[in-house]
Amino acid sequence: MTKQFILSTVILLTSLTSMEAQKIKGSDTVLPLSQKEAENYMKEHPSQTVVVTGGGSGVGLSALIEGTTDIAQSSRKIKFDERQKIQAGGQTIQEVIIAYDALVIIVHPQNRVANLTREQLEGIFTGKITNWKEVGGDDLKIVPYSRETSSGTYEFFKESVLKNRNYKSGILSMPATGAIVQSVSQTRGAIGYIGLAYINKHVKAIHVSYDKGKTFTAPSIVAAKNGKYPVVRPLLYYYLTKSEKQVRPFINYVLSPEGQKTVSATGFIPL
Amino acid sequence: MKRIFERIIEFALIVCGTITTLVILLMVIFLFKEGTGFFRNSMVEKGYALCVQEENPVDELTSAQIKQIFDYEIENWNELGGNNEAITPFRLEEIFNRYPEEEWGENYELLPGKLEEIINETPGIIAFLPVQYLPKAKILHDEHLLPDDFFAGSEWIPTATPAPQFGLLPLLMGTLWVSFFAILIALPLGLGVAIYLSELAGARMRQFLKPAIELLAGIPSVVYGFFGLVVLVPLLQKSLHLPVGETALAGSLILAVMALPTIITLAEDAMRNTPQAIREASLGLGANHWQTIYRVVIPYSISGISAAVVLGIGRAIGETMAVLMVTGNAAVIPHSLFDPVRTIPATIAAELGEAPAGGAHYQALFLLGCILFIITMLISITAEFISKRQPNGLG
Repeated sequence: MTKQFILSTVILLTSLTSMEAQKIKGSDTVLPLSQKEAENYMKEHPSQTVVVTGGGSGVGLSALIEGTTDIAQSSRKIKFDERQKIQAGGQTIQEVIIAYDALVIIVHPQNRVANLTREQLEGIFTGKITNWKEVGGDDLKIVPYSRETSSGTYEFFKESVLKNRNYKSGILSMPATGAIVQSVSQTRGAIGYIGLAYINKHVKAIHVSYDKGKTFTAPSIVAAKNGKYPVVRPLLYYYLTKSEKQVRPFINYVLSPEGQKTVSATGFIPL
Repeated sequence: MKRIFERIIEFALIVCGTITTLVILLMVIFLFKEGTGFFRNSMVEKGYALCVQEENPVDELTSAQIKQIFDYEIENWNELGGNNEAITPFRLEEIFNRYPEEEWGENYELLPGKLEEIINETPGIIAFLPVQYLPKAKILHDEHLLPDDFFAGSEWIPTATPAPQFGLLPLLMGTLWVSFFAILIALPLGLGVAIYLSELAGARMRQFLKPAIELLAGIPSVVYGFFGLVVLVPLLQKSLHLPVGETALAGSLILAVMALPTIITLAEDAMRNTPQAIREASLGLGANHWQTIYRVVIPYSISGISAAVVLGIGRAIGETMAVLMVTGNAAVIPHSLFDPVRTIPATIAAELGEAPAGGAHYQALFLLGCILFIITMLISITAEFISKRQPNGLG
């Protein structure tokens, strides 16, 4: 009995090591998409193993630099110093856009405000605008919700909407997107930002203008795809050029029409 | 044969004890080593420096000033003791919008020249640049992070560039604030239940209540947090007409419920340990049941009760997940129970994932861990000290 057990364990272990597992690590935003893609890919290619883990965009990229992952998934562009580190190690890095994600600014459904410009959003999240009546709403305190600092969404929003200014100190920060939706749906003066996939009928999406109020666009997959909706970010895969052969089949699968179908199904915007 | 067997067991037990102690010691050493490393970091993000024009008289800036400059809150050099000149903050990324890629050279070797051009063109500039591409310009003196900035700082913005703000005060105050009110709520409730269980409840009632209370201790804290976020937070917001439901009060209530089992179980045990002879003596002297409880049983078991309270506080201070979900995590020094707060454990849990290993942010989180460790250690020592004390005048 024990002999059999040991034997089977040894066989299992050797078979595991002989299989070439591809490791994908990084952004929690991209995580559900990568997982779904990996599942479908492994169904089609039973000999291949793809392991997907989260941790945050920065975690994935530093794992790529250290060589502990094959692909880094990221919801933001690689930073200058991260690129420097890779060059210092004598490597070159490749970037592939696998999908797009739109950030939606949400408020309580009973809020009268429907349109906001980027400048107004910046004022709200940096603490310069504190009452809804300053942007055409009721006399009500604005309660901005942000994500935690560990999220790529936090970084992207800061870069795109706040133009790298800091969030007001003491902004409410929630550990997950779901928590933001929950809080905004039950707080009259709330405003928050989430990925397009998370929107539901308990919150209202704001129409955003990046041209000082000339045109306000409602967030939708179509508007994000044709470039009318401004708060859109690419979701990226990074890999080292030397491991191109190993990772390319999976990436090609993600970019194929079938892989892009999964992109739409998980609520992101296909290429 | 039996003798050898016993020896082996004895040896195994010693090994277990030693290993556990060693592991704990090593963890504490690691914690403090990483934590104290924080003060060796410089104020500006690692690998970067701040440059100004040669003619600029300002030599150094505090970390708060740097942050305000890049947030466009300080807009003129004369506010910082310089000339009357508008400040133009400049980040490296902006150069990529000004010049096309070909002009930087293959490995960015033309970058310093371009940067120098920009700095010379813009009189009030303050540029935030990586050290390997520094142009010929005046570099602001870069100081280490000061203990003052950490222990007396009132802003916690660890991802601010160029100068992250690591102020302990809002987090420490938040932790103590939430725990204090949690104990204020849990204390009367817990003691009440403990007295009821040990002195008044019938055997049947106790058999039902005791396991029910112990069950409370077994619920995972994330479940408490979820319950708090979905039920308690909207309830508080509606019934008290608050702008935000995620407040210190919500955290305190959840923590109070979580600290209750500790307080009740320990306090009840202490009361039940009052010798039957003492109770009977009191009753024999003509005291009634109630007088016996508050003149004899409670004074006799006061050390055990205090230990229960102190351990309950310890539970509240170290709790992470439930607080992370219901307090709103806003790093501001709380002024009322209806403000959102951010606690130390919640900060560590929420931020450690993305903080680059070895960086200032990472070490700041370890330093927070050290502070939490010191607080809980003080609490445990107090509990130990109190519970060892002889019961007052009765022992």
